Amino acid sequence: MAECHPVGFQWVVEAKERGARVFHVDPRFTRTSALADRHLPIRAGSDIVLLGALINHVLEGGLDFREYVLAYTNAATLVSEDFRDTEDLDGLFSGFDPETRSYDPRSWAYEGTGDQPTGEHVEGGLHHTLAAGPDRYGAGGAAAHPRPRTDPTLTHPRCVYQILKRHFARYTPELVERLCGISRADFADLAEAITANSGRERTTAWVYSVGWTQHTVGAQYIRTASILQLLLGNMGRPGGGILALRGHASIQGSTDIPTLFNILPGYLAMPNAHRHRDLGQYLELEGGDTGFWGHRSSYLVSLLKAWWGDAATEANDYCFGYLPRLTGDHSHYTTVMGQIDGTVKGYFVIGENPAVGSSGGRAQRLGLANLDWLVVRDMTLVETATFWQDGPELATGEQRTEDIGTEVFFLPAASHVEKEGTFTNTQRLLQWREKALDPPGDCRSDLWFYYHLGKLIRQRLTGDETDRPLRDLTWDYPEHGEHREPSAAAVLREINGVGPDGRALSSSTQLRPDGSTRCGCWIYCGVYADEVNHAARRRPGREQTHVAPEWGWAWPANRRILYNRASADPEGRPWSERKAYVWWDAELGEWTGLDVPDFERTKPPDYRPPDAARAEAALSGTDPFIMQSDGKGWLYVPAGLADGPLPAHYEPHESPIRNPLYGRQANPARRTYDRPESPYNPPESPRFPYVLTTYRLTEHHTAGAMSRPLAYLAELQPELFCEVSPRLAAELGLANGGWATIVTTRAVLEARVLVTARVRPLRVQGRVIHQVGLPYHWGWGGGGLVTGDVTNDLLPLVLDPNVYIQEGKAMTCDVRPGRRPRGRAALDLLEMYRRDSSAS
Amino acid sequence: MSRGGWLARWPVIRQLKGQDGRSDAARSARTDALRPRTEAADKVARSICPYCAVGCGQLVYVKDGRVTQIEGDPDSPISRGRLCPKGSASKQLVTHPGRQTQVLYRRPYGTAWERLDLDTAMDMIAERVVRTRRETWQQTHDGMVVRRTLGIAGLGGATLDDEENYLMKKLYTALGAIQVENQARI
Ligand code: SF4
Repeated sequence: MAECHPVGFQWVVEAKERGARVFHVDPRFTRTSALADRHLPIRAGSDIVLLGALINHVLEGGLDFREYVLAYTNAATLVSEDFRDTEDLDGLFSGFDPETRSYDPRSWAYEGTGDQPTGEHVEGGLHHTLAAGPDRYGAGGAAAHPRPRTDPTLTHPRCVYQILKRHFARYTPELVERLCGISRADFADLAEAITANSGRERTTAWVYSVGWTQHTVGAQYIRTASILQLLLGNMGRPGGGILALRGHASIQGSTDIPTLFNILPGYLAMPNAHRHRDLGQYLELEGGDTGFWGHRSSYLVSLLKAWWGDAATEANDYCFGYLPRLTGDHSHYTTVMGQIDGTVKGYFVIGENPAVGSSGGRAQRLGLANLDWLVVRDMTLVETATFWQDGPELATGEQRTEDIGTEVFFLPAASHVEKEGTFTNTQRLLQWREKALDPPGDCRSDLWFYYHLGKLIRQRLTGDETDRPLRDLTWDYPEHGEHREPSAAAVLREINGVGPDGRALSSSTQLRPDGSTRCGCWIYCGVYADEVNHAARRRPGREQTHVAPEWGWAWPANRRILYNRASADPEGRPWSERKAYVWWDAELGEWTGLDVPDFERTKPPDYRPPDAARAEAALSGTDPFIMQSDGKGWLYVPAGLADGPLPAHYEPHESPIRNPLYGRQANPARRTYDRPESPYNPPESPRFPYVLTTYRLTEHHTAGAMSRPLAYLAELQPELFCEVSPRLAAELGLANGGWATIVTTRAVLEARVLVTARVRPLRVQGRVIHQVGLPYHWGWGGGGLVTGDVTNDLLPLVLDPNVYIQEGKAMTCDVRPGRRPRGRAALDLLEMYRRDSSAS
Repeated sequence: MSRGGWLARWPVIRQLKGQDGRSDAARSARTDALRPRTEAADKVARSICPYCAVGCGQLVYVKDGRVTQIEGDPDSPISRGRLCPKGSASKQLVTHPGRQTQVLYRRPYGTAWERLDLDTAMDMIAERVVRTRRETWQQTHDGMVVRRTLGIAGLGGATLDDEENYLMKKLYTALGAIQVENQARI
């Protein structure tokens, strides 16, 4: 955090000065470790063992926050008799189909609720095999019965609490020592600290970044932390939570208003051809009727009205049929395979540099070279724009410029100060940027580009039926200045939504399913309340409470902590004075506190829903997790995950050791690409004996397009390096400051050697495991003042099955002293490694 | 500051005489006359750092149509005026000489970039989108209505504004392009 989110880390330091203890779990010693109380070096890819052992510690010792757990989680819920755990099936949950390598989650359901959540199963057949990938669920995830059978004594063998206890029983401090390389004493210190620091009076927070997500079990890493935090009562409370530190200025915004294949704005699922023939079927299947997700018809219809305006009517399903349909995985790496196969003809790359920034860069570049046309918009000539001229495949002789048929358009982009608009930061906060000046030359904002491109496309339409979604599209924004820049404020206002009177809405609770409201993204509804751009609010922090509600605007409803009803006890009183945040004021008959309550303002704690209630009315006054169909925090996930209702430790796809817990070495549901462009290092391969992990440096930004061309930053971090321990350096004859060659089956590259005690060899499974760390900011060009080999070229194309994110944080490699071979010889070396490793 | 003629006020002399060279004795008439660039700005825009998602506040100073300085915004309750090395260097992001300001075009099998004016490039891109969409349109797939094209794909970075993402998703969806992805998955 100190390295990659430095200014955010000032608050951690401040908390430490006030008595907080800070633990840093990371394979490397970094600036964060230097400022933490304890650094626990861990083997990359083993975090579920560590977190699972903490859960086991809590459950065995009865250290959970029982009142919170009973009231706010599904600990007491009974699970179907058909459910079988990984402990019973040697690493598989019940419902696995080895042929399709996917789960049928029906046996994971709550007891006696077999008639739901069956939406995803109504049709059977091929699509059934994609149990719960990202192409399956919007934010609502899967639904569960709002009032399942429970055992409040938590003793029933099939209640979630007991299932958890059995599941995690083998996750012991001994196992942590064996698999993570963390000593029992260090583990005991951590376990004692987090349990002592949780409960009524205190809370513990977990902070993570892509070190947790870029794994074939990435979503389950977060799940494991969720279980721990729910057991300790650390969700929805100040100083608690599981905080994702996101790496880019508006990566949260790109998720909320997604340029992602599987969702529409506000986490509504993209329609699927197999399941959603019409609007009615979509609304029926996409989530439960209880909890706030029960209003999804209002959210979706308002979105369709925002996009297709008067053309969207009740009679035509509000133009639901205009939405294109998914038929499976259409994610980034699958799209690249489509480029290589020739199905994808044209590609827009906007402020992104996949030739350097995506895993397995060679496959990316093969895809780019097989396009008909490519549009790149950026501030400098990034490698993705110039691959045909100077890409590594030209150097090895695999490609020749004259043979590459891709037509390339490079359009220069406006910088962040040359346009206005909002970024959504890591805490869901929308902050409006004022424009300082016009962009130079041909530089334009992406808003300008898409708006004018849309207009030009619309001028070229025919009367054809397939053109109707474009013809009917609402595509008319006020234009300003000599460049005819569309108004970003008008776009933000459309996102916010308007009511029947044409005035800006102030809350998503005003949205209606009858076509009378329009809203481009329901979770952002309220940012333009009263026709005021709340994202532009700038009341200085020192003039406000520490919650600072008048700086920018956080979705939803300017709430700063989600699910904050849980900061009060079931009766609505703060758990303690120290941790008071949101509470029930019985006299006024409403929820109040330091933040906007994440609850219906006047629903009393003793509210109990009538049987036929729907949406939020079906949740009781003690159900804080209002987006869940049962209002509970899910310790156990009865449906909605692709790889199991509970986290289990699997080794990374590429690992030097065998999984001692189960016969299953790696996540059985992980997504692989079994084709020549995507080779893998075999597990436990002596040819690839070292654990490889990648990371960022403070002084650079991702693939480097925004940092390598800057003189200050280039000078601060001029060259790619690999961090190795003194012991590994001695074993391999690597000299500090000299060169090393790093090899996987995908690529061979060279880096300067940094011999440092910051990476420690770990004793794992009774033997020494060396880890090698590489930052990934360099490339061969991109207008960089400094250049270097492309670290991401080393990485495998293997994905988490829930979210299709690549495993970029734990794989294997070999390291050799000296510089890498050039030209054809580099390919020969790779070929030798592939031959050797497949023979072994 | 010490009294006397210009020689006596010369910092070197004052420092040689034993005054502290890290303090007032380092000042000269010239340093006293220096004004911060920020004071002379024609305009200050309130902005946000474009790098990581902490979202530190920035003040962007403009003079004579150029960005002269970018500093942390002390009002921000997130950053309290601070910027890390990247945020502090972001003036260079806007002003560095390697920044491209012209449209470039590489024709199929071409060996060099060519110039193209922006309007022509926009027309050519629009023409290609419409043509590719027609040529690759899928009305049905395995007997089911899909109304889409797999011929056009997009990948966006995560420094795009919310409003930009919105127009992108809106236009792509109306085009029937579904392979729309973002750094957020990478
Ligand atoms: S100044 Fe640094 S910490 Fe702050 S937003 Fe920018 S990159 Fe992040």
